[in-house]
Amino acid sequence: MRYLPLTDTDRQAMLATIGAATVDDLFVDVPEVARLDGPIHGLPMHASEMAVERHMKALAAKNLVAGEVPFFLGAGAYRHHVPASVDTIIQRGEFLTAYTPYQPEIAQGTLQVLFEFQTQVARLYGCAVANASLYDGSTACWEAVAMATRVTKRKRAVLSGALHPHYAQVVKTMAHFTGDTIADAMPAITAEPDLDGLIARIDEDTACVVVQYPDILGRISDLTPVAEAAHAKGALLVVVNTEPVALGAIKSPGEMGADIVVGEGQSLGVGLQFGGPYLGLFAVRDPKHVRQMPGRLCGETTDAEGKRAFVLTLSTREQHIRREKATSNICTNSGLCALAFTVHMTLLGEKGLRELAADNHRLACLAADRLAKVPGVEVLNNSFFNEFTLMLGGKPAREIVRDLADRGVLGGVSLGRLYPGVEALEHALLVAVTETTTEEDIERLAQELEASIKETV
Amino acid sequence: MNAPNQSGWKPAMELSEDGMHNGPATTTGNRALMLEEPLLFEIGRVDVTGVDLPAIDPAAPTRLGGLARSEPIGLVGLTEPETVRHYTRLSRQNYGIDLGFFPLGSCTMKHNPRLNEKMARLPGFADIHPLAPQSTVQGALEVIHQLGGWLCTLTGMPAVAMSPKAGAHGELCGILAIRAAHEARGDAREVVLVPESAHGTNPATAAFANYRVEDIPATPEGRVDVAALKARLGPDVAAVMITNPNTCGLFEKDFREIADAVHAVGGYVYCDGANFNAIVGKVRPGDLGVDAMHINLHKTFSTPHGGGGPGSGPVVLSEALAPYAPLPFVRKDDAGTFYLVEEEDREERGPTFGRMTAFHGQMGMFTRALTYMLSHGADGLKQVAEDAVLNANYILRAMEDILHAPFAASGPCMHEALFGDKDFGGGLSTLDVAKGLIDEGYHPMTVYFPLVVHGAMLVEPTETESKAAIDQFVTAFRAVVERALAGDEALKQAPYYAPRRRLDETGAARKPKLAYEG
Repeated sequence: MRYLPLTDTDRQAMLATIGAATVDDLFVDVPEVARLDGPIHGLPMHASEMAVERHMKALAAKNLVAGEVPFFLGAGAYRHHVPASVDTIIQRGEFLTAYTPYQPEIAQGTLQVLFEFQTQVARLYGCAVANASLYDGSTACWEAVAMATRVTKRKRAVLSGALHPHYAQVVKTMAHFTGDTIADAMPAITAEPDLDGLIARIDEDTACVVVQYPDILGRISDLTPVAEAAHAKGALLVVVNTEPVALGAIKSPGEMGADIVVGEGQSLGVGLQFGGPYLGLFAVRDPKHVRQMPGRLCGETTDAEGKRAFVLTLSTREQHIRREKATSNICTNSGLCALAFTVHMTLLGEKGLRELAADNHRLACLAADRLAKVPGVEVLNNSFFNEFTLMLGGKPAREIVRDLADRGVLGGVSLGRLYPGVEALEHALLVAVTETTTEEDIERLAQELEASIKETV
Repeated sequence: MNAPNQSGWKPAMELSEDGMHNGPATTTGNRALMLEEPLLFEIGRVDVTGVDLPAIDPAAPTRLGGLARSEPIGLVGLTEPETVRHYTRLSRQNYGIDLGFFPLGSCTMKHNPRLNEKMARLPGFADIHPLAPQSTVQGALEVIHQLGGWLCTLTGMPAVAMSPKAGAHGELCGILAIRAAHEARGDAREVVLVPESAHGTNPATAAFANYRVEDIPATPEGRVDVAALKARLGPDVAAVMITNPNTCGLFEKDFREIADAVHAVGGYVYCDGANFNAIVGKVRPGDLGVDAMHINLHKTFSTPHGGGGPGSGPVVLSEALAPYAPLPFVRKDDAGTFYLVEEEDREERGPTFGRMTAFHGQMGMFTRALTYMLSHGADGLKQVAEDAVLNANYILRAMEDILHAPFAASGPCMHEALFGDKDFGGGLSTLDVAKGLIDEGYHPMTVYFPLVVHGAMLVEPTETESKAAIDQFVTAFRAVVERALAGDEALKQAPYYAPRRRLDETGAARKPKLAYEG
């Protein structure tokens, strides 16, 4: 029992101090019917580090590692190179084994990191204030809708058809219970998104319109007209970003008039991890909305000696103070992932983020051009950053993806997986390309895709 | 453990006028190993990077839809050596379990085994995509399935939802399942009953799911007032949310009776499982009539708290609520293949209430928790609960003669001991005791929670502390409490020796400065 420091002698001595004969006497308040005698059935007995490692490695070996094959999956989770020093920093015990910084005098490390994180996110998004993180992009998306209903005192949200379908489902799940109305739509398979159609759906009851940028098909469009239309009707514009690296190359949502910007921060520092833990980013353009924000906020202040210091602030919005009147029920957020993001972003800096974005885009352009030459394949997008949509000439993309996996290529995410049962979308494939993709990977995908299309009915 | 200080050195209690140690000021403001560190934005540079990437070719064609960024972002960078130093210096201004005893009640700050970290970083777990073809991620699905199965075994519950991202998200999962179950039989109920001693997340969650929250009073013994609860039950009550063991550190011994009464009026029982670490292997919540309970993997199963997350909050569900579990979930077919049940699997998914998060939950926490469970095994997990409870009772009995312990007479506590601020002299408060403990080298206990005890101090030692470490803590805690009882004015200014003195929290909230300006 390598994690348990008490010896039997200690236990006896402590029981004597307490005045109990056995440890079971301490469980006297547990009704007898509910007490378990003897070890739990169905679990193995304790095991050595070596034995546990063997078990876990055997499970890990059953998975196909992204880094070992040509890999093109995205759709809300992107594979980027994380510098070695990021993991070194987040494994420092002072960060790893700390709690939420409730005692600021001995948590300045975490607090200053959060202040730096909030500043980085706010600037990346073109906003005034970012919070100290939420669970992930999809839950941040719902929190943005919920905040918009509080700010506008309206109960209807309009979702763009090109919002990540899982994000839309999270919003609809929550809205069902809160009594809010969600107007959603299917994505139109077109080279340009239908912003006029989206604008037409905004009315006087609309709390917010939610648009993804770049959208689920990879398309990039100027959202200024959507912001203007929303504001004209008294609604807020919520912009969702699932790939923060893109914002090293394209305009920030704040510049285009977004009121709330949310997104997934996983691309920087966090890694794929089969979907979690990830990092929810949340920011507002106008500081007047700060008191309606969900989650923790770290602010600057001074200590009794006048030294600069940082502290969690505006807690009267939060559940531990306001209870049922809180702006959100969130408590634990994604602190360590926020640290990883901050360290990665610090290593990149303005220069590195722009270079990283440019390299992603360069390789994605190469890939789009090469894949367009595969017989029967067309690139849908006019615009994209590092992810675009391929039309497979009437072939079922889901089967092609499975077939490519059998050929040792993780070739992308089919829209059939994201929108099961929607016939109009089943021939489309999302392909993501990052700095980790090589030109050889692209060539291999092109060749295997060509073969797969030929052999798939 | 906090090793006993055998050097004989003690800091002088006499302070100079500015409240500092006696000793000359330094040019840098540093004090040897206590190092000041500027903000990133004061030392970083726009044209510096710590990552080698290809230079941008300004002539390269782009397909960015005419939206190429023209304005500066406002970020700054550091080279790798500067980055490592900046964050290492910041880390040294933090207290963590690795540094010492961290008895934060209800938060369960136990040792985080490093094998867990190593296993979570295996490329087979860390470097796989959530939407990868399922044939290529069988091991990951098996981890979810195995961990979920063991959580069911440990709790005696038939089903589990693995996707909730933290405890509060798990609460939401349970409450949404309850609402969905009521809706399915056309029963619109409006009220959720929550004890006054509950975590703030309980009422916040119920309100988020559009319920009206009503308080349940506590008895003088620190437990739910069963008579008052029963009197309030009726056809409008959707559920009760009860923490067990509760936040006073006591087992709700009438839980089964409460559950039966709630079920009798058609309501459901939500158990906040934040304190499951006290009873794992000793009691199965399923035997107590629970319908839904979240388990904080970052508490009971030792995944690190990371300065505020990530957590993970799987929810075990009763037969009545299982059909409403959120998507996606993992199943195993007769051939031994694991698969995800998602929106499209209309028959198999049942009347689910929907999706709570984009993907499958906190995989990185699942691998850590499974590693921990394998390490401890059935025998070790039971020992975990016993040692955690033993350590807490030891502290309760070591303190009750000088510190108000409102429920000490109620019998043994579970994994945490609760105290109040009665009889402190000179206007001193719980906050002053907490700050005094910082000077003694400890992270304070949870303070001012639960709300049912004046000036509450909730001490949770966990099972990963040695007797020597606890003895030393008790010595320090007693000394600080004695100063509080005696009205020692100096305590009002504590901490003296932390990287910062007390902060101006009012000023921070009055004029919020939430990002670097400049």
